[in-house]
Amino acid sequence: MAVTAAASEYALEVIDLKKAFGGLVVTQDVSLAIRPGERRLIIGPNGAGKTTLFNQISGDMRPNSGQIKLFGAEITRLAPYERTHFGLSRTYQIITLFAGDTLEHNVTLGLLGLRPQRWQMWRPLSFYGDMATEARRTLDAVGLLHLAAHPVSDIAYGEKRRVELAMALAQKPRVLLLDEPLAGLSNTERSTVKSLIASISRQTAVVMIEHDMDTALDLAETVTLLDYGRVIVDGERDAVIADARTREVYLGN
Amino acid sequence: MKWLAAILLAALLVLLPFCSGDFYINLASQILIAAIFALSLNLLVGYGGMTSLGHASYLGVAAYISALLTSRYGWGHGPAAVISLAGTTAMAACFGVIALRATGLGFLMITLALSQVLWGLAYRMSDVTNGDNGIAGLTRPMPFGISLNGPAAFYWFTLIVAITAFVMMAIFVSSSFGSTLKGVRDQPRRMAALGFNPWMIRWITFVYAGFWGGVSGLLYVYYNKYIHPASLSTTSSAEALLGVIAGGSGTLGGPMVGGALVLLLKNYASAYIERWNMLLGLIFLFIVLVMPTGIVPGLSKLLRRGWR
Repeated sequence: MAVTAAASEYALEVIDLKKAFGGLVVTQDVSLAIRPGERRLIIGPNGAGKTTLFNQISGDMRPNSGQIKLFGAEITRLAPYERTHFGLSRTYQIITLFAGDTLEHNVTLGLLGLRPQRWQMWRPLSFYGDMATEARRTLDAVGLLHLAAHPVSDIAYGEKRRVELAMALAQKPRVLLLDEPLAGLSNTERSTVKSLIASISRQTAVVMIEHDMDTALDLAETVTLLDYGRVIVDGERDAVIADARTREVYLGN
Repeated sequence: MKWLAAILLAALLVLLPFCSGDFYINLASQILIAAIFALSLNLLVGYGGMTSLGHASYLGVAAYISALLTSRYGWGHGPAAVISLAGTTAMAACFGVIALRATGLGFLMITLALSQVLWGLAYRMSDVTNGDNGIAGLTRPMPFGISLNGPAAFYWFTLIVAITAFVMMAIFVSSSFGSTLKGVRDQPRRMAALGFNPWMIRWITFVYAGFWGGVSGLLYVYYNKYIHPASLSTTSSAEALLGVIAGGSGTLGGPMVGGALVLLLKNYASAYIERWNMLLGLIFLFIVLVMPTGIVPGLSKLLRRGWR
């Protein structure tokens, strides 16, 4: 694996990414550059290829061509779990939690994923008190400490969204991909999750797909507009909103 | 409470030969062997979500290696057992690489195909395996000079191995690694996103299950002093799988109960009804309809309800 060790000024770089399912091109020459600690919002109509782009960045899908770099290191061909060890974490649009296990266990798995103890074959997970403490601290940060001992199947939808977030945050990623973190939430839950995302450490660059423009635009510094798998507009938030093409593609319909 | 029950059960198991006849002692040995086999299969099916229809391969190959080395090449039982287990584990390592290219139904079909290859070999390579005649006239080992030819002695030997196997597998599934295994069963994609290598987790479990399958195979051949290609057949794999599911996959007690049930039906019911398979089918149907999660989880749920 030839990793270019040169420190990059970008946390995440996507260069000329292409992906097609047969004749249907879903990602066309997409290039992005996200700085450390940046807050980037990715918008676009349904079917614009936003989640497909995320899936390629996280490694769930292989691009046909192009490059993906994390802090200058090429990760295009790495398996998803290897990218996580490079400091990349993600959440899913559709809730993907361990329903029968407690909230604490869910978050602990997030911690365990980056630690060598994940190969431990004779000591139970509960042996590692430090991980439990850390998991509870993260649950506290998302306001769910009082439910730590409850199984995920017992809690409300909005709370599950926050567990999703807690699992990713527990890993202290350098780049965090959030796929519609506000989807299906009530107004109160929305503002809770919004302030949660706003409080994420500046050590972490956040890239977010979100349809709820009112809430998401407040969180974003930069915005990328995708349509038919292409980057239409890309830049500072206010400039992108003011752009005529944005109105045409997204706000117009 | 739980510990008291465990100690009571252990005492009962140890003292069993003093209060029953040879027939039942032998039956108990067979149940223990079936229980180890079912427990090892359950690592794959219950904890790993890998439904295998070829687990008899490990039982059969371990048995054949030991039988060949001791009878044909005159090896002692000690080294034969070591080579047999090492060989079976190595085979599991190779089979795992092949079968784990797929998951779900694909995985099941590959395990089935691989076990059919071995079954075919055992049948057709008759100059080595003696084909359909099987290999007869085998002996039992004499650990520390103790003869295992009596039913009670063999039973205690099997009990020691079975308890070791149970404890080792219980530790495995409740360890950190066991938690990741269950995670990969429930949400493989999420586990990969969290930094776990799902393939490696599955493969290690596959090899570990193969090893304990081999252990049960050794006991199997020691008990029967005979080995036949039927031990490698799909029927043999399917019966064990049925036992695991009927007893309750993903629990430690379930496969033991299920394995015992299948064995009892096979040995007992077949004396009265020629079509004992039909009876097994009906009982299985009943269990699936009444207790879809299996006997052990079903009964414990019933007990908890009765308690209140």
